Order: sequence, then C-alpha cells, then structure tokens
Amino acid sequence: MAEQPNGRPIIQVQDFTAAYDGHVVLEKLSFEIYAGEVFAILGGSGCGKSTLLKHMIGLYKPAGGRILIDGEDIAAVSGDERMKILRKFGVLYQSGALFGSMTLIENVSLPLEEFTDLPPEAIRLIAMMRLQRVGLAQAADLMPAELSGGMQKRGAIARAMALDPQILFMDELSAGLDPVTSADLDQLVLSLSHSLKITFVIVTHELPSIYTIAHRVIMLDKQQKGIIAMGTPQELRDHSRDPRVRQFFLRQTSGEHGSSSAQPNFRAH
Amino acid sequence: MGLIMAFQAAIPLRQFGAQLFIANLIGLSMLRELGPLMTAVILAGRSGSAFAAELGTMKVREEIDALKTMGLDPVRFLVVPRVIAAVFMTPLLTLFADLMGLIGGFVVMSSLGFPLITYYHQVQYAVSYGSLVGGLVKAFVFGILVAAIGCLRGLQTGTGATAVGQSTTSAVVSGIILITITDGIFALVYYYLGV
Repeated sequence: MAEQPNGRPIIQVQDFTAAYDGHVVLEKLSFEIYAGEVFAILGGSGCGKSTLLKHMIGLYKPAGGRILIDGEDIAAVSGDERMKILRKFGVLYQSGALFGSMTLIENVSLPLEEFTDLPPEAIRLIAMMRLQRVGLAQAADLMPAELSGGMQKRGAIARAMALDPQILFMDELSAGLDPVTSADLDQLVLSLSHSLKITFVIVTHELPSIYTIAHRVIMLDKQQKGIIAMGTPQELRDHSRDPRVRQFFLRQTSGEHGSSSAQPNFRAH
Repeated sequence: MGLIMAFQAAIPLRQFGAQLFIANLIGLSMLRELGPLMTAVILAGRSGSAFAAELGTMKVREEIDALKTMGLDPVRFLVVPRVIAAVFMTPLLTLFADLMGLIGGFVVMSSLGFPLITYYHQVQYAVSYGSLVGGLVKAFVFGILVAAIGCLRGLQTGTGATAVGQSTTSAVVSGIILITITDGIFALVYYYLGV
C-alpha cells in the first residue's frame, strides 16, 4: 500500500442523503476525502456504493445535504461554474464507457478537442502520452471493440486523465477482469497516485485490490443506509468488532443461505 | 407502390374507359400522401429503431454518463446530428419514392398502350407544384419526428439489454403513431390552406 498522504480535504460529503422515487438509499452521510489519497468505498451489492459515486460526480442531485468538490457544490451550480468543477475530475465507469464509434486515441482526444484550443498535432501528442502512461500506445488506432476488457479499462483511465484531473473516480475498477489484469490495474493506480498525486475514489469489493491500493476505506450497509466503518483496510480487518465488517473482510457467509455445514457434500462413488 | 396501385386501379377504371386517369391517381396519391408517408414509416422502422438502439446501448454502457461528466451535452453531441441528417435525407428519399411510384405507374400505363408523353402530360395536368412541395414539407416534419422520437426513446432506456429492445420497439411504434397523427393534422391544414 502507498504511503498515507496528509493533504487537505478535497471532497467533503456533508449530511448527504440519496433517494430514488422517495425511497431513501443513503441517509445523512458525512466524511472527507483528502488530496492525494486512494479512498475506497466498500459494501455489499445494493448498498448504494455506485449511487454515492454518481452523486459525487454530479449525475444526480442529493435529496439532502451536499457534496463539495474542492470546496464547491457541484449540484448547486450550472453553466461555466459546473464546467470548472467537472474539469477537476475524471471518471472511469464500470464498463469503461469508451465511445464505440471512435478509435482509442480519438476517445482520449475528445475532451482535449472540446475544452482546449490546442492544434490537432498537439492534441494527438498529448493523447499519445496519456496512452503511453497506461501502456496502450500500440493500440492507439484500434476501435474499443478490438480491445480486451483490461485494455478498455486502461484506455478509459487514459481518457479520464486527458485533462490532468485532480481526482479520478473509479466504479468497479476490477469488475469482470482476471486476477492478473486486476493486479496490473492496481499497480497502474498506485503508480499514478505516486507520480501524479491524483486523488482516487474507488468503488470496489475486491479485497486484494483494497489491501494493495487503498489508504482509507468506508464501508456502507444496505440496512443502515449509511457508513458502518471507516479507517485503513488493515484496521477494519484486524480490529473491527462489527460482524458485517468482519464478514466482508474475512469473506464469511452472511448466514442467509444456511451455514457452511449445509453446503452440498459431493462424494465419489 | 405506384405499380401496384396502377395495376389495381386499371381493372375498375377500364369498365368506364377511364384508364388514362390512373396517371391522376398515381401522381396525386404518391406526391401528396404515399411518398412522404411510406418513406417516413420505412425510416421509422429502419433509422428510428437504429437511433434508439444506438443511444440505448450507449446509455446501458454508461457512455451517456461519460459524456455528461466530460461536460458534453448528449443532446448536442448525439441527438442534433441525427435529427439534422434525418431532416435533410427524408425529403430526398421522398423525392426518390415519388419518382419510383410514378415509374411504376408508367409501367402499367405503357402495358395498357399509353405512350410516355401522354402519361407525362396527364400527371403534369393533375399534379400541381403545391402538391409536390406539400409532400416534401410533410417529409421534412416526419424526418424530425422519426429522428427525435428514436433518440428520445434511446435516451430513456433503462438498464440491461432488455431495455434496449424495449426502447427500439417503442421508437418504431411511437414513430408510426406520431407520423399518422401528424399526417392527419397536415390533411386538415392543407385543406384550409387550399393546398
């Protein structure tokens, strides 16, 4: 794991409540994420991890409270003010979300074309540098459909970094990838965190990933609709008394589908 | 379309010795009504559904969210180019459909022994420029409707592959219903305007 940074709060979640159609998913969440840290949001399926992330990046408006990105509330502003906040972060979506009708380098160039006045040669150069950073320079002119899952994720990271963001949000970094590719992506995140001092906010439930890259984690719970634990992954694993946290970190069953003794017993005949 | 209509009309009209008026029937119905309507219905099935499927897939794959968080407006980026393309192409395709319909009518007329010049003059006599332009104006509006409803249904897609299928079906059905209602409104407007 990387050295614990000691920066200023770059994301502040204050009394945040999320609701869909009047149904509250998360209630009164408050926490801070510091500049330069790798922060992981954990929890079981349906606990609101992705919902929290989508509110942080301004896709949805909070039902209550607010989320400040570098001191500014993304849900409260529009137009140029909102654009200024959007340029401070990049997002890696669960599926990569590379545009299928564009080559990889066109995908990475798109934010640069839209938000800078740079000439096309300079844009291509910067895009190539971003692709080199994630080890995809050779694949620059391929279409996303021609890339493997891991390459698509790395391409999407290159696109998210196109405008030199301060923060990178990542939804399920390792979803659907083999352990080796996942480990490669973890190393990429560590390397970017070290060299560029980018703040990472990662939604995940991959334990090896969490131990390798995360400085701090919060754990959300579906029933409690909020945070049940916060700290370093090692603290939570070794010292948490909450059975839900222990179940998660020690990969125990929830007991909802019977105990381990009730598992089928296959015998050779 | 023109060939089928002409062939079916030829049988009853022959009883009255009025086969020449097949040219009037084909000219008026193709240019005013069937050309734009059939083109729009085919476009709803072909392009409206494709727009819904493309945008629906982009929605499911979070590409629309990616555009939003890059500060790019999905409507400007994805919808406007498609609507502009449809607005320009629908009248052109309608002209092509009109021409094909008229050629089809001529094939039947020539089999009945009428020369091309007679058919041409009869069509010219029956059809005014108002009918042609009226049909093209309809095609213009139908183009907007087909593209807009296709894109709207695509952007409204929920989650999962099933939702893309539902959006595609909905785009075609809504497109055809809208085209039919708008065609009725055009009929009334043209009647009062004397087109």
